[in-house]
Amino acid sequence: MSHYLDYNATALGRPEVGVAVADALALAGNPSSVHAPGRRARACLEDARAQVAALAGTSPENLLFTGSGTEANNLALSGPRPARILASAIEHPSILRPAAERPGGFALIPVDGHGVVDLGALKALLAEPSDGPVLVTVMMANNETGVLQPSEKVVEIAKQAGALVHIDAVQAAGRVALEFDRLGADLMSLSAHKLGGPKGVGVLVKRAEITLAPLIAGGGQERSLRAGTENLPGIAGFGRAALSALAELTGGTEIERQRDLRDRLEAAIAAATPAVVVVGGQVPRLVNTSCLAFPGVAAETLVIAFDLEGFAISAGSACSSGKVEASHVLAAMDLAPGLASSAIRVSVGYATTIQEIDAFVAACRVVLGRNAGAAALGVDRLPA
Amino acid sequence: MATVFDRPGTTREAAQPLVPGKAPTETKVVVAMSGGVDSSVTAALLADQGYEVIGLTLQLYDHGAAVGRKNACCAGSDIHDARDVAAKIGIAHYVLDYQNRFRDDVMEEFADAYLRGETPIPCITCNQTVKFRDLLGLARDLGADCLATGHYVRREMGAHGPELHRAADAQRDQSYFLFATTRSQLEMLRFPLGPMADKDATRALAERFGLGVAAKPDSQDICFVPGGNYADVIEKLRPGAAEPGDIVDQAGNVLGRHDGIIGFTIGQRRGLGIGGRKDEAEGPLYVLGIDAEARRVVVGPRAGLARTEISLKGVNWLAPAPLEAGGREVAVKVRSARAPVPAVITPGTDAGTVSVRFDSPEFGIAPGQACVFYDGTRVLGGGWITAGG
Repeated sequence: MSHYLDYNATALGRPEVGVAVADALALAGNPSSVHAPGRRARACLEDARAQVAALAGTSPENLLFTGSGTEANNLALSGPRPARILASAIEHPSILRPAAERPGGFALIPVDGHGVVDLGALKALLAEPSDGPVLVTVMMANNETGVLQPSEKVVEIAKQAGALVHIDAVQAAGRVALEFDRLGADLMSLSAHKLGGPKGVGVLVKRAEITLAPLIAGGGQERSLRAGTENLPGIAGFGRAALSALAELTGGTEIERQRDLRDRLEAAIAAATPAVVVVGGQVPRLVNTSCLAFPGVAAETLVIAFDLEGFAISAGSACSSGKVEASHVLAAMDLAPGLASSAIRVSVGYATTIQEIDAFVAACRVVLGRNAGAAALGVDRLPA
Repeated sequence: MATVFDRPGTTREAAQPLVPGKAPTETKVVVAMSGGVDSSVTAALLADQGYEVIGLTLQLYDHGAAVGRKNACCAGSDIHDARDVAAKIGIAHYVLDYQNRFRDDVMEEFADAYLRGETPIPCITCNQTVKFRDLLGLARDLGADCLATGHYVRREMGAHGPELHRAADAQRDQSYFLFATTRSQLEMLRFPLGPMADKDATRALAERFGLGVAAKPDSQDICFVPGGNYADVIEKLRPGAAEPGDIVDQAGNVLGRHDGIIGFTIGQRRGLGIGGRKDEAEGPLYVLGIDAEARRVVVGPRAGLARTEISLKGVNWLAPAPLEAGGREVAVKVRSARAPVPAVITPGTDAGTVSVRFDSPEFGIAPGQACVFYDGTRVLGGGWITAGG
């Protein structure tokens, strides 16, 4: 019996996506070919582009398919003129690492104790002299806490200072409306697998006027900004996942359902374990994300213990060796000592059921009940 | 079902259930997996017997930095080996980042001990802290019934609870490195390889289980000192601490210079850097003492190494009855590779101290090493050799 509660790491693949991927695999042609099979492949590619564009709230011609959200983020920072980059302290490593290596300079925008980017600090950084253009990059929602960032205000402030804006919407896509055009941002990144699409496909949304330097040289695919034959099955799956995600956002009750699941989980755990801290719980968050700190209990122990009980959750960000590293996101929030190292992330999605949430709460009793560090939490008050 | 113990070279003893009265399928065992042959076989053996096995591998230091390679993956090949084994035998496996604990509890202490003129054994400190305190605590937090390691040592149930005994294979016995294991830790520990006839038997099992590590060489060095260059590691941990000083004879005459006391251990004969002595008829020179404060290395003839009595601190006592004031005749080991010798141990004046009087003089006893007490195969306890007494 296993329960998947780690949608922010990657969502469960949607069944309809599997069909779309298989259909695209069956297409013989190369989208760049002149012949009929090529044209059919091209049509499949452009259908998917339109589907993803609808989710992003922009026109299909603004989309460049990439090999991942990480690649989209790297490409976003690749502008030919070295820009000074202002990135929030809670950005994903696929922003922070390339940003630190860009020749135009780099500064971190701090966040407050709730994990929300400090707009005053952004203004101050924008007021500093810069030799060339400035690019502000602030994610729409944080992957670890789910905390929503004030994207509209970030764009407004950046535009007043004449700066470009990139928004990493990898974690927000499918959970809040993106509205790229209305927002007025210059660049935005999305990733298919967070929506229930295939892993290994991303997209960079780009206003037509923005120039970028390709990371991969070769053929003329994606308007010469991303050479290499397109990953058509992956892109078709991305399109299908975007279609489903957009349907959930614009009609029905799926978003409310996920919020209810998350709130049910947090209420049950808070009732039984009053010492629990919901990180970012006092500010607007993604409906599906819960970052829970159990002071005195090592998060990595909890992740292992829950896995052994059949629940997939996470803590911090996993490195390639599988070990858990300290979270730079929680560190940037300047939480009380010990809180960051005791925080786990539970993230739900379209396939999560209320039974799974109740089972998780029951497993909490088992896992915390035998944990030496949890004694101080009053866990013995957990009802059997 | 035939078990691996039906094969020659292994023993049936280990087929006793790990927890009396509890079926293997009901028993949750954490196995500390280093990626080496011994702990891999330990995990495979228990999984084969039907236990619910959880493999844990500790990342103790930055492998890339230790081997002097930049941008190497944070995990060395040992972690990959452990993961491969866990996947092969179908158990849950996790890697834990214990780098900070290991640096604070083991590496720092190792450097400081060398700078005090001692010859430390970090493997014992590691067993004492990172493994049998922290990892054992984690095993408890995970609801495990016991923690198994690949050490060659036996745990046997006696009338007064679990006892620690030398391994069946005297060549492989690691009881010296486990003297600091407390009785409460021993309750939860298991050592399935203790009854193995020899290392070849372990390797044969590794092959039988199809483990990729079957032919992996044994580790020779202290894990965070690959290549055995202690001085470099200590220089990194305590920059500038290695200062040159004099090499003197027992009368205080300066015979030469050295680059730092960390390059010396008591009983050492080679590499003293003193040549052309007139009195070579007296035989070779040995390091007799290290005066950390004066940064002096005292050398002299082998006879100067003879000791009949030593004092121990930090003593761990595993026998149920306390050590009585009248003393007790035991066998003691003062270095890992040395055979036990007869001695009498008596309680010291302070708590946790013990005096050891050898029946005949022992040579090359270094402060910082362990002295372990045996009654036959049984480990009664042990302590750390001090500079005084």
